[in-house]
Amino acid sequence: MATILDKRELTPVTRLFVVEAPLVARHAQPGQFVILRVTDHGERVPISITDFDVAAGTVTLVIQEVGKTSGLLCAREPGQELLDLVGPLGLPAPLAEEGPAALVGGGFGAGAVYPIARELRRRGVRVTSIVGARTAELLILRELLEPESDGYEPCTDDGSLGYHGFTAARLGELIEAGAGFTCCYAIGPMPMMRAVAETTRPHELLTYVSLDPIMVDGTGMCGACRISVGGETKFACVDGPFFDAHRVDFDEAVVRSKMYVEEEHVALAGAGR
Amino acid sequence: MTLIYPTKTEMPALDPVERRALWDEVAVGYTVERALAESRRCVQCQDPVCELGCPVGVPIRDFVRRIQLGDFAGAADVIRTRNVLPAICGRVCPVEHQCEAHCATVGRLEPVGIGRLERFVADWERVHPRSEAATKRVQRPEKVAIVGSGPAGLTAASDLARLGYGVTVFEALHAIGGVLRYGIPEFRLPKAIVDEDVERLGELGVEFRTDVVVGKTVTIDELLGELGYSAVFVGTGAGSPKFMGIPGENLKGVYSANEYLTRVNLMRAYDFPGYDTPVKRPTRAAVIGAGDTAMDAARVSIRLGAEETHVVYRRSQTEMGARHEDFVRAGEEGAIFDWLTLPVRFLGDEEGRVRALACVRMELGEPDESGRARPVPIPGSEFELEANLVVIALGTNPNPLVPQTTPGIDVDGHGCIVVDHETGRTSRPGVYAGGDIATGAATVILAMGAGRRAAGAIHDYLQGGSDGDLGA
Repeated sequence: MATILDKRELTPVTRLFVVEAPLVARHAQPGQFVILRVTDHGERVPISITDFDVAAGTVTLVIQEVGKTSGLLCAREPGQELLDLVGPLGLPAPLAEEGPAALVGGGFGAGAVYPIARELRRRGVRVTSIVGARTAELLILRELLEPESDGYEPCTDDGSLGYHGFTAARLGELIEAGAGFTCCYAIGPMPMMRAVAETTRPHELLTYVSLDPIMVDGTGMCGACRISVGGETKFACVDGPFFDAHRVDFDEAVVRSKMYVEEEHVALAGAGR
Repeated sequence: MTLIYPTKTEMPALDPVERRALWDEVAVGYTVERALAESRRCVQCQDPVCELGCPVGVPIRDFVRRIQLGDFAGAADVIRTRNVLPAICGRVCPVEHQCEAHCATVGRLEPVGIGRLERFVADWERVHPRSEAATKRVQRPEKVAIVGSGPAGLTAASDLARLGYGVTVFEALHAIGGVLRYGIPEFRLPKAIVDEDVERLGELGVEFRTDVVVGKTVTIDELLGELGYSAVFVGTGAGSPKFMGIPGENLKGVYSANEYLTRVNLMRAYDFPGYDTPVKRPTRAAVIGAGDTAMDAARVSIRLGAEETHVVYRRSQTEMGARHEDFVRAGEEGAIFDWLTLPVRFLGDEEGRVRALACVRMELGEPDESGRARPVPIPGSEFELEANLVVIALGTNPNPLVPQTTPGIDVDGHGCIVVDHETGRTSRPGVYAGGDIATGAATVILAMGAGRRAAGAIHDYLQGGSDGDLGA
């Protein structure tokens, strides 16, 4: 059980939760995730850790409402419990020793890049954060990320804030303009991570993506989350979630991420009863 | 002298056709009459050789004698001196390779149905419960941490709690039982039985902590340090599924047996959308491998509605690893066995879903390093086996989390924790290990034996050399 201490609405479909989880907070490192279960009949779902506070014994999670489980979760209020929360899982993000680093966060991924930005800066690595959303109101966590960034580059699809266009395009412009990035981290929807990979590939810029395939146990037991990286099968839960973006088989990852699309419709229809 | 009936007293079971759509336990269990009849097939040997075949040393002759006398509570007491999970073992032990293989009648008659009798006694006890909680027991100040709540961990926890130690069991998943919970299906081991055994351990004072991944949420160093545990037993199992490394393995609809069974057993995907976790429902299923897990996966596929379920194995029936009873039951339920057949790649449709396996036929050649005839592909024998769901049940590798995060624990080339098999002692003082994490994938009862030996050794270690007898 993990008690929800605080909840904030970031966008109409995105919520931030602060959850009591002292052991997880104590061991968490940037880039790791938790698996949680909301109800007794519920799924186990992986969620990136956005922030952790050892002293307070809390972790912060950003949830975007996309299906039945995330919907149930977003409906929870402070004081209520999450039935299960386990972590921190996965390997910490491989952190650069030298910068500047480009951090690209798409949609809810802006939360997941935050702990990486903070840790890189703590190590003296300069950070440029490029965060994207469809429109200005959907751009999240600026107040958290901007102070931890040497450069902060908001991008919106409709041009309502910052750069008018996708994050990958802005990243490409910055590279062309001689930003001199030594590495890049991209977290967000699969098409965005793939676009970032294709943007940095010709520049041979070391790029990590954080993959969140379908998982069950999250401890390497089931292999649901397998990903092909450089022709080898890896388990995102124990070998990842960070992988070399230029070696990931995105075609396969996209296909596998859609394994249960029909079932998700059934579950949502049932939830509406 | 009375004659011994040549075959075991029949075990009533659900109808093979009806049960294809049911998750209820297939083998119904003996009635009192049947148990008495079967117990009388035991001649009470002077030298009970059957007991040599039991990894935990159950006094088989004595408990069968108690049944003969109608003293079922006495029989339960006798079993419980050596086996804390008899309702489970009576259902899942590969008895034909263990106790029953040693039965003095073997060769002339069918052996005594020891497994069935053990199950009868355990089930009798379930409806005639006798609490242990009232028993006065020495309380010791030391605490022991058990990592993993499968058969090895539960057995070690039980023994150590009886010895008076404070015992905490840490489990990574949200439910207790390890492979008993996520691996073995309801129709072979009802989860209510696992629940009852866990409850019984709770009454003994064992504390359970779910959602703790030792190595991630806490480390063994912390358990032995600031958290105040005096010893740790690692029973984390063989958690990492083996894949074949052939093309198409990551197509949609290709599962490891661990994933398939975990979805169905732990997450109850068979009841989707009543439960939220889905699983693909096959029309034609293919299960690769022929061990216990493969039989479970095949029988799950049948229950999920597969019109045709194939079990594909590169060797022949003789080399199959599954328990005889489960093999027979799978066949009764309609599983088709493709012996001497090796999948070489998986074929998908335009949406990335598996649609067939390309296989070659094999023939048996010279014995290999395992002593079994080596299967050799027959040239030009390739064919396609249609299947829209594939389960790979070729075994597992040890779970690497604890060795990776614990300094001073040696592992062998397979990733198994190196232990002294008499005691379960690892290379690190105070840390013991047993079950599949130390031996590679094996059986419930062997894991229990290892848990018991380690509990005794931990007791010795904590008492500075006093004997490890449980005095039960």
